[in-house]
Amino acid sequence: MNLHSPRIELRTSPHVVKGLSVERIMFNVVLALLPIAAFSIWQYGLSALALLLTVIATCLLSERLFNYWSGEPNTLSDWSAAITGLLLALTLPPSFPLWMAAVAGCVAIALGKAMFGGIGHNVFNPALVGRAFVQAAFPVSISTWAPAYASHRFTEFIPTTLTLPLMTPADIGPWAKQALDGFTGATPLARWKFEHVATAPYDLLTGAATASAGETSAILILLCGAYLAACRFMDWRIPVAVLGSAALIAWLFQLWNPVRFPDPSFVLLSGGLMLGAVFMATDMATSPVTPKGVWIYGAVIGVVTVMIRYFGGLTEGVMYAILIGNALAPLIDQYCQPKVFGSAGRKT
Amino acid sequence: MAIPGQKQLTHLEEFMEGIWKQNPVFVMVLGMCPTLAVSVSAVNSLSMGLATAFVLVCSTLLVSLIRKLVPKEVRIATYIVIIATFVTVVDYLIQAISLTVYEALGAFIQLIVVNCIILGRAEAHASKNPPLRTVINALGMGIGFTIGLFALGSVREILGAGKLFGIPLFGPDFQPWVVMVLPPGGFFVLGAWLLLFNWLDSRKSGVARGEPVEGRVHG
Repeated sequence: MNLHSPRIELRTSPHVVKGLSVERIMFNVVLALLPIAAFSIWQYGLSALALLLTVIATCLLSERLFNYWSGEPNTLSDWSAAITGLLLALTLPPSFPLWMAAVAGCVAIALGKAMFGGIGHNVFNPALVGRAFVQAAFPVSISTWAPAYASHRFTEFIPTTLTLPLMTPADIGPWAKQALDGFTGATPLARWKFEHVATAPYDLLTGAATASAGETSAILILLCGAYLAACRFMDWRIPVAVLGSAALIAWLFQLWNPVRFPDPSFVLLSGGLMLGAVFMATDMATSPVTPKGVWIYGAVIGVVTVMIRYFGGLTEGVMYAILIGNALAPLIDQYCQPKVFGSAGRKT
Repeated sequence: MAIPGQKQLTHLEEFMEGIWKQNPVFVMVLGMCPTLAVSVSAVNSLSMGLATAFVLVCSTLLVSLIRKLVPKEVRIATYIVIIATFVTVVDYLIQAISLTVYEALGAFIQLIVVNCIILGRAEAHASKNPPLRTVINALGMGIGFTIGLFALGSVREILGAGKLFGIPLFGPDFQPWVVMVLPPGGFFVLGAWLLLFNWLDSRKSGVARGEPVEGRVHG
């Protein structure tokens, strides 16, 4: 099919076919994620590379196996499993042991996707399902952070990366201290929550803060998201609604109590909000389709994120906020159905 | 079940009903409350399974013996009183044998009274069948339930603590999967076992060759 020029076909409507296929959209999302992955490898070196490769490989393998067992056609070529793997790896800490990462990848595909019937049928974002599982299963490892720009990052692994399967990873502390002087191992959000220190916005923008593998540079994520939105591969309303509602509610809280609550810019730039808003909340299968519903969905995610961060026990709330948003998506769509043309004023 | 016009099962088939074809955990999906709550370790699930099996066998035997005496209107109340009697027996028995297990199982021992497997068997099978057949069926069901619980409990203990029956399997460095001993772990493992059983079942009945299947999950 000619992908670019719209053309009219002699058949029943729709007549204008734009030629957007699942493969094409998914491939472009992969393209948009590649710079972020590359930046994360630049920051964390071999460990990030191994993490990315492991998670993507397990996702592809699980997808293939479940296709095979269920007698479905092979769906590896639509790139969706690769995206799940990429996104999942980018949300994990760079020092995450590879065997746990493999568990996360397998659960993401099995529980998040295959169980519901494969691509397009999943209720929750598969990558986040995988991450939620390992967060519940290995709460210590998923909140152990490694310093970026360690000096030998391209020649040696972070020690916890190569933990033997099923074994507890070693303490990362001594290695991190030696790799980067003064490294505290706390994310900006944790430092704000427990030590009341807000990280400077500049560090958050450029990715000099401690974080998951792919959520460090807000600028890069926004640029990649802008590419997707410009090419219409992604609904721009969702990230705008998520970030806008988060900023708005953070601003209101700051007005109310400027000592306790941080600046809205800190809320927007820290943690996984950017990555979540741009790449996770916009998953087509799990977000609403009605224009009004999309705004509500995004606003719910933004508000819940800020609420969890401010008042919850966890330091980061983006993952659960998006999962809650996913769960609400069908309901939101149901209440936001556009009026059928000509039905106004008629009793139904 | 002795429904007129249906072929009477042999005693072996009657016994195997509960273990495979009508397994309370994997096929009927009954008694989920103790199944999910108690199956944190192999010991807990075995003792819970055996306690339930004991109550099941004794109460269905008694129900079957008095099935012609009890008026239809009060049968459920009668069953409950009978079941409650045996649950009390089991309650004190476990307390006498092992206080640790008793404390681990907690309220779920008393809750055997309302376990739908037992009441279901009393109503659907024992009240219509002679004692011997009832006991055989109840034994199969009890063992099937114990197997189901043990399947859940052993997986959850292996992954959640790295042990089986309290014996470490992977050495001191094992990383416990915290989620496995939490409630979600119960659902995950149950789901995985259901998947496996349905898959085996569907292979046996020829879905793999593309024939349509009827729904298998019961309420």
